This record gives sequence, C-alpha cells and structure tokens, in this order.
Amino acid sequence: MWMYALRRLIMTIPILLGVTIICFALVQLAPGDPVQNLVRPDATPEQIAALRAYYGLDQPIVIQYVLWLWRVLGGDFGMSISTNLPVAAEVMRAFGNTIVIALISVVGAFIASLVLGTIAATRQGGIVDRLVTAIAVFGISVPTFWLAVVLVIIFAVNLNWLPATGMGTSGSDDFNYLDWNDFKFAVMPIIALALPPLAIMTRTTRSSLSEVLNQDFIQTLRAKGLSEFSIIVHAIRNIMPAAIAMLGLQLGYLIGGSVLVETVFTWPGTGFLLNKAILARDIPLLQGTILLLATVFVLINLLVDLVQSLVDPRIKRI
Amino acid sequence: MTDIPAGSMPVPATQGAPATKVRGYWGNVWNKLRYDPVTLFCMGLILLIILSAVFAPWLAPLDPEKSSMANRLRPIGHPKFLLGTDEQGRDILSRLLYGGRVSLMMGIVPVVFATLIGGAFGIIAGYYGGKVNMVIMRTMDVFFAFPSVLLAVAIAGSLGGGIGNQMLTLTVVLIPPICRVAETATSQVRSLDFVDAARASGASTLSILFTHVLINVLSPVLVYASTLVSISIILAAGLSFLGLGVSPPTADWGLMLSTLRQAIYVQPLVTALPGIAILITSIAFNLVSDGLRQAMDVKA
Repeated sequence: MWMYALRRLIMTIPILLGVTIICFALVQLAPGDPVQNLVRPDATPEQIAALRAYYGLDQPIVIQYVLWLWRVLGGDFGMSISTNLPVAAEVMRAFGNTIVIALISVVGAFIASLVLGTIAATRQGGIVDRLVTAIAVFGISVPTFWLAVVLVIIFAVNLNWLPATGMGTSGSDDFNYLDWNDFKFAVMPIIALALPPLAIMTRTTRSSLSEVLNQDFIQTLRAKGLSEFSIIVHAIRNIMPAAIAMLGLQLGYLIGGSVLVETVFTWPGTGFLLNKAILARDIPLLQGTILLLATVFVLINLLVDLVQSLVDPRIKRI
Repeated sequence: MTDIPAGSMPVPATQGAPATKVRGYWGNVWNKLRYDPVTLFCMGLILLIILSAVFAPWLAPLDPEKSSMANRLRPIGHPKFLLGTDEQGRDILSRLLYGGRVSLMMGIVPVVFATLIGGAFGIIAGYYGGKVNMVIMRTMDVFFAFPSVLLAVAIAGSLGGGIGNQMLTLTVVLIPPICRVAETATSQVRSLDFVDAARASGASTLSILFTHVLINVLSPVLVYASTLVSISIILAAGLSFLGLGVSPPTADWGLMLSTLRQAIYVQPLVTALPGIAILITSIAFNLVSDGLRQAMDVKA
C-alpha cells in the first residue's frame, strides 16, 4: 500500500511539471510580444524594461521557464493587468467560492445517482429506469450555460423565488452557507452544476450495478435466503470503489469546468475570474487561474487513486 | 436503447477476421441500424439540420445580420418575425438557420482533424510500443491533467477569439482522448496472430499498418470520434458564449445565447431558443453515436 502510494506520488511529479509547461506556454501562445501581455497598456517604457529584466525575458526560453517556475513555487503568480493586484491572492479567494458549490453539487449528485441508479438497475424497464435513461441523454447533451439561463428564466424571472445572479449583499468574505438569505444565491448555480455529473454517475451506477447483480455470488446470496435489500447492499459495496473514482473525477471536472455556469450567475469563483480575464485579455490572471485549477485537478485524481486502493482490497497494485 | 431485433444476426467481432470480410461487416452494421428507430430518427434529424444550414440563404426569411432598432425584441409568433427578434432587432429564425452552419462546422471539422492527427499518433504509439509509446502517451497524459473545458478556455483565451482559433483550440483539446483510444486498440491488435503472420511472411511495416492494423482500429476510433461531435459542438458554443468564437455580427448559437441574456426579463422564451437548437443537435448526435456503437458492436 505505502509503496503504491509512493509510486503514485512520484508519477504525479512529471504530470505537474507538464502542467506548468503548458501554463507557461500560454503567454507565448498569445499573439504579440510576451511582455505586452504581462503589463498594463499604459505602462511606461521604463516599467516595461524593468519587468523585462525582472522576468528575464531577454534570456533563452528555457531559463525564462525555470525563473517563472521558481517564482510560481514561491507563490508569486505575477500581477493582474486589469486590477493590478497579485494574481495568487485573487485566485485563492475565488477558489474558495468555487470549491464549496462544486462540493455541494457533486456530493448531492452522487447520493441522488446512487439512489436512482440502484432503482433503475433493480427494476430494469420500469418508469425510473426509463427516466434515468432520458436524464442521462439530456444531461450529457445539454449545454450547462443554457441550463443555467433556463433556470434563471424559471426561478428568477417567472416565479421570482430565487435571485438571478451574484452572491448577495454580504459579499464573498462573510457569505454564510447556513443562512438561507445568503444560500439562496447559491441554489441555482449548484443545480446547474449538478445535472451533468448526476446524469453521468447515474448511468454508470446503473450499468455497473446490473453487471454485479448478474454475477454468481448474488445467486449464492439469494440461495442462502438473504433479503433483496441486503443483496443490494452487497452489490453496492462492490461498485463503491468505481463509484468513488467517478465522484472524484466529476468533482475535478466541476472545479475546472464551472466557468460557464459561474459566468451566467456571476458567481465570484475561479470560473468567473477566468471570464473576467478573457474579457480584459488579462493573460497573467488567466494563466494563474488555469495553473491552480489544473493542479487541483491532478491532486484530486491522485487522491482518488489513493482512496480507491484503500477501500478496494482487490486492488493490489505494487 | 432498443434490443437487437429478431432476424438480425449478431455481428461477429472483426478482430482476427480477414480483410476480405470487411464489406460483410459494414453490411451487418447497416442491417442493425435499419431496425433501430431512434437512431434512424436522429439521423434524419441531423440530415435536416445539415440541409437547413446548407440552404440557409434560401430558407432564411430575412438577412440574419441586418439590425433594426424599431423591431427590437419582438415575441415569438410575430407575423413578420416568426421566432421573434434579438436585442438588435435581427430575425431569430434567420439567425438560427445561419448559426447552424457555424455549430455544425465546429462539431465536425475539429473532430475530423483530431481523428486524423490523434489517430495517427495513437496507432504509431500502439504499434511501436517502447520509448515511442512512452513519449507520445506521457505527453498526452499532461493534456489529460486539464478538464476539457478548462483546456479549451486556456488555449482559446490566450489565442484570442475568431473562428480559426476556435477550431484550432477544439482540435488540440480532442486529440489526446482519440489518441488514447487508438493506442489501446492498436496495442491489442498488434499482438494478434495474423499480424505476426503478416510480419513473418515479409510484409513491410507500412503495409501491415494499413492493411491489417488500420482496418481493425477503425471501428472503435470512429465510434469514439462520433461521440466527440456533440462534445465539440457544446464546447464551441461555450467558447462563443464567453466571446471566444466568431466575431459579433456573424450568427452563432452560443454567441446568440450570450447576447440575448440581457433581454432575459423582456423576452425569456426568445432567450432560450438558441440553447434549444444546441440541445437538439447535440442530443441527435449523441443518440446516433450510441446507435452506431451498438450496431458496430464496440465496447465503450
């Protein structure tokens, strides 16, 4: 187990290095002189020259990368062009808002998918089963930003139950998820984020559970006289490792892919920050946000693998 | 989806079958598809969407880019503007028809390019194995460290908007998953006896790749690529929604949804229309690729 964890940990390092290379390349990818993408448009020639020297932009590209990586490891993601604040602080503050709604969405979707998937797998061809199939197709085909707009139309414009956008008057620093007056701002973003993972996880639960239910040991359990309920409990225990892996992967997708939903709801998370960076062509902000999100995605995948090898004794990966 | 209808024979796995039987395989695939009403219906729907996009100049009642301040935000069912008008008074129906061109192109062109490039890399990695495989597949792994939406936003955000950049972005995003599928399929095929036999009888590497490997890797890669069409359409719409797609006067479903958002309190139904177009197109492509997978007997 510990050997596996260590090996898996070491395997992560080159991936993370690759991620930093791609993020570094983003500045080079942007059209124009890299330094123009890193300073405010009104910067004086002296400021540009100072920055060029500080970033080592007259050095070979490999040296530039190493210098940049060194600064990033020290927590310096550069300065945002649009706000002139350190990128690292902005990204970290926004990340808190994203992770909370992503976690609530994915855990809610996970529980719902286990229930729906189990009913669908045990009563194949029934109403719930057909509903699950329909939700699955809808959930993977629907553009989340359109779903978000439709939610706004229904719950904010027509019914006037929920606020359409923003995070309320209290702002992001003392937003209280336990207070309905604050939480109501988070309801629609959470629902819009939860539907695609719900669809995917329900479909996977249904198919893997019906596979397990066809195995011989289920017959044995039934022959021993176990109730249908405890048979299902046995079957669910068997799909748990795969289900947990799915949960982690979906959480990663939500954290990275929330840009569209957060844009519709102007939810001040990392996705909305990305949108601001795109609109203002704020390349340092874009780069820093992407770097953080991709790193988190890699770490979640690492965590999922470790948890999976813990809960599933059959995985003996040396 | 539907069960295999009575009367159609189960398709034998192609792996290991001699190349001469290939036509029979496609015949069988078609035979299965013929009895699958959902897939047939969706194929018809896609054909309809393609035709309406191709013939948009003849079908569209009005100029999709001509704005008129006097006719802003008309409701659905207006005698002159069947599906209403947008915030600049442009006809929604005409814009939807023209917008389909961009969306379909964004669904198909990047997938074709990514299949060619990713497929080639995957087959090379799978066939040669060893160091070649390691270099190619570990590079792809780095791209897998990004959720696809994030990777698309990162690349398009740096490159800036525009249709060419959007296509380039989507192609780059789609290459790694296709490469992985092609690599898996190739490494399964290359250790089979008939490949060894071909090598033993002196066939050159190129001829083995083209006559034996490619034909067997094709169906899993094609089925997988077909699932990517709707993903590509949705990603493209998302990029346009963020302002990273076509430049404004051009009609595009994602961009339409984005600009109509300001009219959400005035004409909520009209605001929802471009999204419905995206949804229908992507559901149709998804169901067709599901049907193809079942007919071609490829495991997901």
